[in-house]
Amino acid sequence: MTPEIVRGRELSKDEFDKLPKVIFHPKAQYAYDCGNAINRYLEGLKNGKILAVKCHKCHRVLVPPRSFCEQCYVPVDHWVEVKDSGIINTFSISYVSADVTRLKEPQLPAVIDIDGASPGIGIMHMLGEVKPKEIKIGMKVKAVWKPAAERTGAITDIKYFKPA
Amino acid sequence: MKDKIAIIGIGCTQARPTSGDVSYREMIYEAAVKAYNYAGISPRDVGTFISTAEDMTEGVSIFDEYVPDQLGAVLKPVHTISGDCLQGIASAYLQIATGAFRVAVVETHSKASNILFPAHIEEFAMDPHYSRYLHLDPVILAGMEMRKLCEDTGANERDVARVITEARRNAMENDLAAYPGNFSINDILATGYVAEPLRSSMVQGTSDGACIFILASEDVTRATCKKPVYIDGISFFTGEPSMDTWKFGKSKFTELASAKAYKMAGIKCPYRELSFAEIDDSYGYKFFIHAEALHLCESGESVDFFRNGAFSPAGELPVNISGGVPGFGKMHGAACGYQLIESVRQLRGEAGKRQLKDTSRGLVQSWRGLPTQTGAVAILSN
Repeated sequence: MTPEIVRGRELSKDEFDKLPKVIFHPKAQYAYDCGNAINRYLEGLKNGKILAVKCHKCHRVLVPPRSFCEQCYVPVDHWVEVKDSGIINTFSISYVSADVTRLKEPQLPAVIDIDGASPGIGIMHMLGEVKPKEIKIGMKVKAVWKPAAERTGAITDIKYFKPA
Repeated sequence: MKDKIAIIGIGCTQARPTSGDVSYREMIYEAAVKAYNYAGISPRDVGTFISTAEDMTEGVSIFDEYVPDQLGAVLKPVHTISGDCLQGIASAYLQIATGAFRVAVVETHSKASNILFPAHIEEFAMDPHYSRYLHLDPVILAGMEMRKLCEDTGANERDVARVITEARRNAMENDLAAYPGNFSINDILATGYVAEPLRSSMVQGTSDGACIFILASEDVTRATCKKPVYIDGISFFTGEPSMDTWKFGKSKFTELASAKAYKMAGIKCPYRELSFAEIDDSYGYKFFIHAEALHLCESGESVDFFRNGAFSPAGELPVNISGGVPGFGKMHGAACGYQLIESVRQLRGEAGKRQLKDTSRGLVQSWRGLPTQTGAVAILSN
């Protein structure tokens, strides 16, 4: 016996409004403790510096910094400043925003291997002052910082990375 | 006889009302390093890692992904149990029992201080159709249950207040406790009602902290550990989800979990065979419900036993010598981890000033808190 195919259809706003609904807006809000490593990293950004840590065992220079090396499982507290430049590890050209609306001007997220950090170690950020078609893996880029007075100690203290 | 599974390592941070100086990663790392050092093993020796956490209390989705670094578990089998510490221990126990793993690590922690509106997170756990429409703080469930308990057993406000004062006094002897305190019963009864007959001082404050446990198969235990603590029995059960049908004043899921754990451990008379018990005593009144569900006394006798001092540190069956939930605080599934730490220490003779004489068997019991009907029971021996 062939099962009956029931096709769905989109509800009109009127139909949707008439439906019984449970509306609840939970205040799912959190004040995340940054801890030692992230606090110092964010403080560095406020001062226009990218700070990293160096593991005394594997000698990797890690950014964003952390309190321990996840590979060697030892504490790391040797702080170093790395450059605010690097090369594009990978990137995408995004036409959808975080709330899934279509964007006319695409966002340009990229992972950037930071100069002075170990190979393959870097941060995810945005690209700017570049045409999407001109972006390439391996392209050299440099941070564009917010003016000092506008920095708050956040990753967005760097506005974006632009071609170097 | 099947192989025994033991706890060979423990580590923890001090439970604290707030912990703004460390991230959850740094907190867990501290506890894990202590546990590996205690057991004399490295994360490389571990086959499987279990984190106990709820995304809504962590503030991130898929919390498993945030766990490996601080446990030394990068590129190892890792998963989260959406439950309390004892449920995580049960998972580790079962994984070792399969023979697929010889060493397992269980992580439990709380960063409850980071949740800005905890009552909203708890309310979100209430059924959207039946209960959430009413827009009530789930603490009212505790008020309703305390009233039922008092009606059924003859317990009164002073008994419940005394559970709180004794727990927090026990916590004075425990450096790990977040809420030690020396209060009188009248101090507790002088505070206002939050959900009559439940008073504000009967509601636990939240706290932060992390505990790590290392479990091992019998062959690894024999080779590495001089004072193992064996898991003789362990189980967990869940009751009905809808508050409309809860059996207020009872804890059937605890009764079932303990029956199974006792059977595994071969225990027939818990009151006589246990050296101590660490049970969930949230809101004070839960002490009586859980003591009866665990058959630490006959049905209806928990209040008399308590009043006569049978469950005090010097009594016949000391209960919650660690300070219990009022001593550690509300930790979203991690408070029972601290009670498990206490139990392991008692069985290894490492409890310092709180050390009981001749400990051979202990019980740890958990309840996942409001608005849940889930709990676990573990029986330990040395």
